[in-house]
Amino acid sequence: MGRFEGEFAARAEELVGLYPERRSAVLPLCHLAQEQDGWLTPEAIRHIAELVGQTPAEVQGAASFYDMLHLEPVGRYVVGICTNIACLLRDGDRLLEAAEELLGVGVGGTTPDGLITLEEVECVAHCDKAPAVQVNYRYFGPVTPTSFEELVGQLRRGELDGEVPPHGVLSRVRRAAPPPIPLDEIDAERARQDAERAERARQAESGS
Amino acid sequence: MSAPSIVGARLGYEDSYTLERFLATDGDAGLRRALLELTPEQVHAEVLEANLLGRGGAGFEAGRKWSMLRKAPRRYLVVNGDESEPATFKDHLLVERDPHQLVEGATIAAYAIGASVAFIYLRGEFALGLERVQQAINDAYARGALGRNIFGSGFSLDIVLQPGAGAYICGEETALLESLEGKRGFPRIKPPYFPAVIGLYGAPTIVNNVETVSNLPWIVRHGGAAFRALGAGRSTGTRIFALSGSVRRPGAFEVEMTSVTFRELIYGDAYGQGLEPDRELRAFIPGGVSSPWLFPEHLDLPLGQDEVAKAGSMLGSGSIIVMDDGDCPVRAAWRIARFFARESCGQCTPCREGGTWIEQVLRRLELGYGREEDLDLLLDACDNISPGVTWPPAQTTICVLGPSIPPSVVAAIRRFRDVFLTHIKEERCPYD
Repeated sequence: MGRFEGEFAARAEELVGLYPERRSAVLPLCHLAQEQDGWLTPEAIRHIAELVGQTPAEVQGAASFYDMLHLEPVGRYVVGICTNIACLLRDGDRLLEAAEELLGVGVGGTTPDGLITLEEVECVAHCDKAPAVQVNYRYFGPVTPTSFEELVGQLRRGELDGEVPPHGVLSRVRRAAPPPIPLDEIDAERARQDAERAERARQAESGS
Repeated sequence: MSAPSIVGARLGYEDSYTLERFLATDGDAGLRRALLELTPEQVHAEVLEANLLGRGGAGFEAGRKWSMLRKAPRRYLVVNGDESEPATFKDHLLVERDPHQLVEGATIAAYAIGASVAFIYLRGEFALGLERVQQAINDAYARGALGRNIFGSGFSLDIVLQPGAGAYICGEETALLESLEGKRGFPRIKPPYFPAVIGLYGAPTIVNNVETVSNLPWIVRHGGAAFRALGAGRSTGTRIFALSGSVRRPGAFEVEMTSVTFRELIYGDAYGQGLEPDRELRAFIPGGVSSPWLFPEHLDLPLGQDEVAKAGSMLGSGSIIVMDDGDCPVRAAWRIARFFARESCGQCTPCREGGTWIEQVLRRLELGYGREEDLDLLLDACDNISPGVTWPPAQTTICVLGPSIPPSVVAAIRRFRDVFLTHIKEERCPYD
């Protein structure tokens, strides 16, 4: 595991092709690696570096900057509880305490069965449903300690599997567009149109 | 009288995000008019006429930003959908509930500025938003509203959806571009002040917010003058205000700018419906947590950019956080400081170190281990990040993340010194 294989390899190649510069594919490829393996393995970082023409250190440097990229294994579900201002004003911090108590792990910890990793997250833009919880970036709210316990039960029993995919799967909708338009071609087309417009403007001016 | 709904027109429908609903409710009409009836210059002129202020936070005129675009063969449009300012959730709503409008607006903007490739950079945590925007992009390609020769107009455009990966700073436009180039999201040193001069891959780039571009289909359809007829002064059109915190009905409300006051928004039956019984308003934050706090005496200010600026704060992202007399202002200031301390990219010492120390001192105070001299210490640290702690803030840093720390801390200390002193004297939080 780590290197992109099968369908993932094809998607990695497609992602790189979307950008005028390969390096731009770093974050999408990191997400893709997490979708494949659940977390960002050192092997995946080396592979991504190869794909985008960077050093592994550069990819690791970028990856370590972002909260959603996990450089260590995480549970099947990453559960994030928001305690930022809007949620704090609606007892998000107490919800976090209750969650730690219930799961028996602190922030950053993973339950012994490998099912849930608990995180304290900054504002997740779900403030009208505060306090908000995200499970693999699917949103729930408002959540009370009681409804949180129910949520965990549902996750344990696999009842939310249709709604919440395993960690790393950000979007289940893939790009179905034709391959990107070759940029040089499109630049030339644009230059031609610009020239045409300028010419029309010039004619309109000399005509009036 | 209620104002016309512009960006939020479809939000009342349960299926507002579907292509069917989009096409049944004037979908594509703005794009067709722009591409088939207007030149890029005419679209630009309508946006200038509308005086559309950017909806991301800084409130700079979108049309004027476009005017700064350096002419070069290759230009880019980047839509900033990295919404992460605490208590701001209007873009989240727009990407999830009306993704087609976003794609339509982005296409119009790209046409106006002459970009052939556009990127929609969406906050990575918006998983549902990513699914729906990608679906909207796929649908647009399928019906010829994206790709080569859109609607036979000769205009071609590719839109790439880019997921962020969890970093608040990537909402800052130059940090967003760095991130889009596959690097850490470090804000770029200014000048140049605008990516319109040097942006993505060194090419001229326009970065516009999700709500900003979502306004374009309406503006093109109805004309800039119709948009300008709404609101007053520089604050034209409507805005989505995101109300949260200690109100009975938190939510997002689209209102005509300047037509509603904070009092109406917080207490009005159609909006926030007031506070819980027996609670009184203590303070509210008018435009996301980087803005200075306002107090009950400011309730009658209208929701307009200049009106709020005159009161010494900013409308920013239009996100209003309400605190009542049961909420501890020390805890609120601490939590806001901790947010910035955690999200500092670490490039500038005043922000990285200052933010961290302010957070720790506030935490100590909140827990009841404070000393009276801590208050001066905090003000001094704030002064080192933003000299003079004035508004708008002076800055010692590359971007405004650092100077966003002092407003809350200073507002809390200046206004609620007695609460701080109670924490110190009683050695605990009186609201626990």
